[in-house]
Order: sequence, then structure tokens, then C-alpha cells
Amino acid sequence: MSERMSTPQETVERALALSQADDCVVIVDEGSTANLRFAGNTLTTNGVARSSQLTVISIVGQSAGVVSRAAVRPDQLADVVAAADRAARDAQPSEDARPLAGGGSYGDWDRGVDPTTIEVFRDFAPALGESFAAAESSGRRLYGFAEHILTSTFVGTSSGLRARHDQPTGRLELNAKSPDMSRSAWTGVATRDFTDVDVAALDATLARRLDWAKRRVDLPAGRYETILPPTAVSDLMIYLYWSAGARDAADGRTVFSKPGGGTRVGERLSDVPVRLYSDPAHPGIECAPFVVAHASSRDQSVFDNGLGLGATDWISGGTLANLVQTRHSAGVTGLAVTPQIDNLIMTGPDGGRSLEEMIAGTERGLLLTCLWYIREVDPQSLLLTGLTRDGVYLVENGEVVGEVNNFRFNESPVDLLGRLTEVGRSEQTLPREWNDYFTRAVMPTVRVPDFNMSTVSQAN
Amino acid sequence: MRQIDPDFLALPLRRLADAALQRARDLGAEHAAFRLERVRSETLRLFDARLEGSIDADDLGFAVRVIKDGTWGFASGVELTPEAAVRAAEEAVRVAAVSAPINREPVELAPEPVYSDVTWVSAYDVDPFDVPLRDKVELLGGWSSGLLGRVDHVSASLMQVKEQKFYADTAGTVTTQQRVRVFPALTAMRSDGDRFDDMRTLAPPAGRGFEYLTGTGWDFPAELAEIPDLLTEKLKAPSVEAGAYDLVIDPSNLWLTIHESIGHATELDRALGYEAAYAGTSFATFDQLGTLRYGSPVMNVVGDRTAEHGLATVGWDDEGVEGQAFDIVRDGTLVGYQLDRRMALLKDLGRSNGCAFADSPGHVPMQRMANVSLRPAEGGPSTEELISRVERGVYIVGDKSWSIDMQRYNFQFTGQRFYRIENGKLAGQLRDVAYQATTTDFWRSMEAVGGPETYVLGGAFNCGKGQPGQVAPVSHGTPSALFRGVRILNTVQEGGK
Repeated sequence: MSERMSTPQETVERALALSQADDCVVIVDEGSTANLRFAGNTLTTNGVARSSQLTVISIVGQSAGVVSRAAVRPDQLADVVAAADRAARDAQPSEDARPLAGGGSYGDWDRGVDPTTIEVFRDFAPALGESFAAAESSGRRLYGFAEHILTSTFVGTSSGLRARHDQPTGRLELNAKSPDMSRSAWTGVATRDFTDVDVAALDATLARRLDWAKRRVDLPAGRYETILPPTAVSDLMIYLYWSAGARDAADGRTVFSKPGGGTRVGERLSDVPVRLYSDPAHPGIECAPFVVAHASSRDQSVFDNGLGLGATDWISGGTLANLVQTRHSAGVTGLAVTPQIDNLIMTGPDGGRSLEEMIAGTERGLLLTCLWYIREVDPQSLLLTGLTRDGVYLVENGEVVGEVNNFRFNESPVDLLGRLTEVGRSEQTLPREWNDYFTRAVMPTVRVPDFNMSTVSQAN
Repeated sequence: MRQIDPDFLALPLRRLADAALQRARDLGAEHAAFRLERVRSETLRLFDARLEGSIDADDLGFAVRVIKDGTWGFASGVELTPEAAVRAAEEAVRVAAVSAPINREPVELAPEPVYSDVTWVSAYDVDPFDVPLRDKVELLGGWSSGLLGRVDHVSASLMQVKEQKFYADTAGTVTTQQRVRVFPALTAMRSDGDRFDDMRTLAPPAGRGFEYLTGTGWDFPAELAEIPDLLTEKLKAPSVEAGAYDLVIDPSNLWLTIHESIGHATELDRALGYEAAYAGTSFATFDQLGTLRYGSPVMNVVGDRTAEHGLATVGWDDEGVEGQAFDIVRDGTLVGYQLDRRMALLKDLGRSNGCAFADSPGHVPMQRMANVSLRPAEGGPSTEELISRVERGVYIVGDKSWSIDMQRYNFQFTGQRFYRIENGKLAGQLRDVAYQATTTDFWRSMEAVGGPETYVLGGAFNCGKGQPGQVAPVSHGTPSALFRGVRILNTVQEGGK
């Protein structure tokens, strides 16, 4: 028995050669992670981890069988492929069955995998330690999490495709609190390698916000003019994006279903010419330029593996332009083939103002830091509920004058698009709520005249 | 009792553990633990009785965790060789060294007896991974077909997990465990032209095998037979008038309220601020232990890692601590927290109550939820008797949407079905209902809990916590219960319509 593992490229080629199915897709995901977690100006947990996952998708006629195994040794490969072949032979015909994408290549297929290690924090960790010391001496406590992930994905098909994508994903969440925990401020950044993270500058921003919070203003529930910063906008728009599946819309189940049948594609959602789109090549938030689907579902198809991805508008000029499609769902709905892409960008009209300029231009309103615990209440209106968190500030006559209590909100991001009165300048941001799953976002600050704060939350 | 699968026992468990632990000792670690896990999962989804997608997956690997000079270090690997185990031990020590400059709180663990080579297997009859995929698709497809024609669409899913863990530490504890869980669910959908709605089965996920789908522990055919008419009635139901109502909450809904407002709020790591930047803290701060009036005197809550068929039930946790049952709320007062070994020592609470869990070999163990359950009243009322005590209220069945703030004060929940209660009797379904409350106000308004015959073990497969994010399965047992004067929202009005 050999206990040594093959290279991912060798595994793909051998698995394809072993398959007795009509067609076969082999995906190898080689992952490595490093993380530091801290609370109260000290480390709490840390770690490095490796993963290696082989997914074999066998296709017999119109049927697919999917088997995925971790840490597969060379002597186990034939069993995994045989299991996938068997699953395909046993399966019902798949309604999403389509011919596999043709040959071709993406990325440098032959290059070795270079995992991330704890050394990615070589400069960051000492800087964080200095920020701990500075925070301690200034009466602040820092909490947060730093993580770096490197995933190399290899997709090979019996139709000749060889596609590789190396995805670095880094994030830092930094939360400062007063010693009695009554005041709290948060910021976060997405990064590809931590070389661009200035933890001292981020801490300075938080210190300023904790100062804002020294004056407390209690406000009741109600509808308020509200400035939502990019992170809050990203969390709402990501949920909208996740709810933009064409199949569910065509079946009448979502906010994008047209009453009486069909979808709302082509319908104006906002009088402001906002654009919501994805682009695998967008600088700073690059992501896989081809489809990687480990299993079929409503919004993805294993038969689409390797399909090329390009810039795709979901909302263009305020009008719903596309929904998330597989080739199968595109056939059902008669719309373009627009598969999901792993980044999201929102822009408004040219000349949008910065957050600071928008605060300066506010007579009276609320400035949020971020949203939390966002959950769907009603899929047909996409009504979401959730909380404000880590700083709600009252703005009067262009200046922040104090911190307000937290609120529970009930709002639909689709409805919000129709009520925007200002869309500011877009910038890269880290979604607070969804960054476990989605980190690549560029979003604007927006102004809503009547954000629904449904009730007061005592949390601080 | 079932045995641990021979193919897991055939892995080089002890050889790798010995190599890793010895290397950690050689490098001066005060404590080291080795964990090798295989987590097998299969998920299938059907839509309108056709298989939409399925995946049969596993996760296999090992982890080494050390305490070196008072600082944690963790590393994991996937290559099952002694050399790789040694490398992981070395890497864990290196991680501790890199992290030491930012650690100001030396790590020590609460003592725990040594368990030498013990095994545990959860209570199940039929290993779901012994059942062919074709049979599962046929069963779910048959259930779906039985609904189609009476509803517009049916989605069906089945998640199955088999979790195998080997643990060894430098104190001498060696445990080997295997547990199985399943979660079948069907959702019926229907539109009347203007309105669309859906309704999901109430069957909770369970620490059982495939027998759960064939008549043991739940009667799926009986539940499915009722759904089309219930969904039709829901579509025609009037929209609720917002205001304060008395609520009778069914266990199929109340388990989730327990999970969010008691389970998470009584995790000591949260209460002490270790989750402050992410999951949040807790209003139930440590200084209130023994004094906080959490709820009414009829409120008694237990944390239990021994409950049969519980999703969080284990023989030993991921720090080698024996599974236990312990009080959290007694007669309405906060009397306990869920602990891991570090938290227990930090607050001089003696022995850990066994709540450490890691969801995969690549993740570090952290304090996760026990099966946190509300005790029924011995000889207490039936659900119908609870309803009979309400003049104007709502009876809530099944869970759906949930949200709670980062200190576990303010929550909002919806459900699958809502019934108007008028003069002690059910008077048809309502729509667009959500209930919203502050945790202590809500539990203090609990006037009565049902008897043991109303008790059901609900739960979830995927409770999230921690960074990197981990998911944990957990059950919550609860009887029906009666609450007075809870705020009900109309969700359509909340949406500004």
C-alpha cells in the first residue's frame, strides 16, 4: 500500500484514464490555510491546515454520479472512480445534462502548488502585537481574526479541458471595544497576501469611532434617513445575488418572479442608474474565470464545468439584466447563459461622493457601521431582517454628534434599490456578515431616506 | 450496540498519534492532543420527484494541537504517515512560537480523568451509507410524487453524516467514536395565482440511522398526507393584525428559540468575550451566575451531551472530557454555562462539562453547544390544554426565519404555520406572522410548560460559530409552552407594503 499522495495533475490524468463512463470530469482542490484569532488584546486560537479533495463526476448517457473524497492515495484512486461510475449508472437521467465544455485550458496547468503557511503573517503579527500594546495603553481592547487561504483548483474533463485556478483569499476583521464593552467599532479588509494591510491605520479609525461613541443618544424605532457604508451594502447585495437564481424565479418562488409567470428580467428596479455586476478579471478581486461545480443544484450544473466566465451585468442602469443561470435553466427561461461568479461589484452614476462627503452633506440621519444576523423573512419580497452592529451614529448638520442604540431592521434590498436617493463612490470592502463565504466585493456607500428600524436592540 | 467500522480502525491511528505526541513532547510542549477524523457525508436533492443533484463526500485528516510555553499551536495534515504526523507536530509548535508575542494569557486546562482506550457508538440501527442511493431516491421520489397534483412543486432533500473520531493526548486518554445523523426534509409549494407559499415537514434532524425514514422515530407518510390541505388553508388565511398576543409555541418552533436565546447565550466563551468580534457576547454575563432571573419559575434548562439520539451527544468531547448532563437554568435562575477545559479553569469552575468540538480534522476544537433542552413539567398540560387557557392568541408550529442580536437580547422568529386562538380554541390559520421579543422578557412571560407527552427533540445540522467558521449539529428538546403578551409583527407591513 502506498501512503504517498500524487500531484493534483497526476491525479486528474489518472482518474480520467480510469473512468469507464461515457464522460468524466475530475476536480482536485488543494487547500492551505493559516489563521490568527484574538480577543481582549491577546491571541486566543491559531492554526495552519491543509486539505486535498478529489471530486469525480462520471457521466453515463444523461446521468451523472458524483463522489468526492479527501486525501486520496494513488492506490485508492481506482475505487473512487469506480464508485462515481457506479453512481452514474444507478442514477436517473439528469434534466440539466448537456455536452461537456470543449477542450481548452486556463492557467498554468503544470506548475506545482505553493501552499500558504503561518509565515504569511510574518510582518502582520508583530504589527498586530504593537497595536495590542497601543490599544492597551489607550484603553481599547482589540478583537478579531486574520486568515489567509490558498486554494488551487484543477479541473480536467474527458473532452480535453485542463483548467487551473489559484485563489488567494485573505481577510482581517478588527473590532475595538471600550474596557466595559459598552462602546464598539468594527472594520475589515479583504487582502490577497496581507502585505497591504496597515493594522495601525485601521486601529486609528476604530479609535476615532470609539470617541464618537462617547456621547450616547437613544432613539426609538422608526424610519430614518440612513447612510449605509460599503460593507453594509455588500451584505444586502450579496443576499440579493444569492437570491437571483433563474430557476426559482421562473417557478414563481422569488422576488424576481413575474406575477402570472416568467421572470422580471428587463424590469426597472431603481430610478438611479445602478449597475450590479460580476467580473472574474476585476482588479483586486480576481476570481475563477471558469465554472467549477462539484454538484448540480438549482443554480449550478456539473455539466457546465469549465464553461468560460466573463463580465456579467445582473442589474444595468437600474434594470434587472440577468439572473444566475446554468445552460439548462437558460434553456428553460429563454435567457442568456450567465453562471454565478465569485465576486460582486456595484456602482452608481459617475462622480459619486465619498463616505466622508456624504456625511458632510447630511442634515440629519443615521450612519451605520455594519449589519448582522441577516435572515430572510419573505422570499417573495426578499424581506430581510437583521441587526445594526458596532456603531450606529447620529449625523446632524454634516457631523457625527454621537452614537445611537442598535436596531433590528426589516428591509428588502430590492425595495431599497427603488428608494435610493444617493449612490456614492465604490470601493473594495469586506462584507461583515457573509465574509465566511464571500470576500470579493466592491460597493458604494448609499443613502436611503426611510430605512425601517423595526425595534430597538439592547445589544452594544 | 453497533461497532465502529473496521475500515476506520484499520487506519494507522495509534501509529500516527504516537509519532505526533512524542515529537510534541520532545519539542517541549506542556500538552499535546492528536485527533484523526473521517467525516462521511451524502446529500441528495430532488425537485418534483426527480433527482436534481447528489454528492457523496468525505473529509479525512488529522490534527495536532499543542500548548507550548502557555500558547496554543495547531496544525493539521491529510497524509496518513508517521512522517506527516511528526511534521504536523513540529508545525503546531512553530505556530505557537509565531503566536507567542501576541499571547498575554497563558493557556492552562482544567483537569480530567484519563480514559484509556475507550470507545463509543451512537444509537442507530441502519447505517445510511449501507443503503443504495437508488433506494433513497426512490423513497423520497415516492413521497414527492404523492404530493404532486395536490401542490404545484415539491423539493426534497436528505443529508446523512457518519462521523468517526480517534483522539489521544499526552495525559494518556485514548478515545475512538462513531456517530450517525440524518436529516430528511420535504417542502411543498403552491400558488393560487396571486400568492405563493410553501410548507416544510416538521421532522427534525436526528441522531439516528436510515430507520428514521422507515418508521422509527417519525411517521413521514402521516405528516406528508396532511401537508397539501394545510398549505391550501395557509394560502387562503387572513393576514395577522400586528399587536401583543398570548402564544402557545409548539416544540417544532420553540427548539430554535431555545437554541438562539439560551443555547448560545450560555456559552461561557461568549459570556467572557472570546467571540465578541464575531458571534458576539451574551447578556448573561458571568457576574450574574446564580442570580440572573432568566425566565419564569417554570423554566428549567439542562445541557446534555448524553441524550439518546441527540445530535450533540458523544461519549467524550474533543478534549477527552466525558459527556455529561448539567443544569443551566433552574427554577428560572441562571445556574450554569457550557464549558471547555480552558474556560472551566479560567473561572475556577472545576471540571469541564465536555462541550469542546471541532467539525473537521482541519479545525481547532472550541466550546460548542450541548443538547440544550427545556424540561417538561411532570404531569403538566397537553398542548390542547395550554391552548384552552388562551383567550386571544396564536399557536405557532414549525421553524422558518430566525435572527437574534450579538448579545442575544433581541430576536425575531417566524414559523411554518400560525393558528389564531380564540376563546381557548384554534380558529384557522393566519399569514405573515413573526414574533419579536427581548430574551429575558420572553422567558419571564412563560406561564406554563407542557407535560412529557408534548416533549420533542428538535435540532439543527448546521449551527455556525467561530473563526474559521465551524458547523456543529445540536438537538434541543422542549415541551409545548404558553407565553403571555408577546409582540407579533405583520411581515408584509414590515416590508412597507
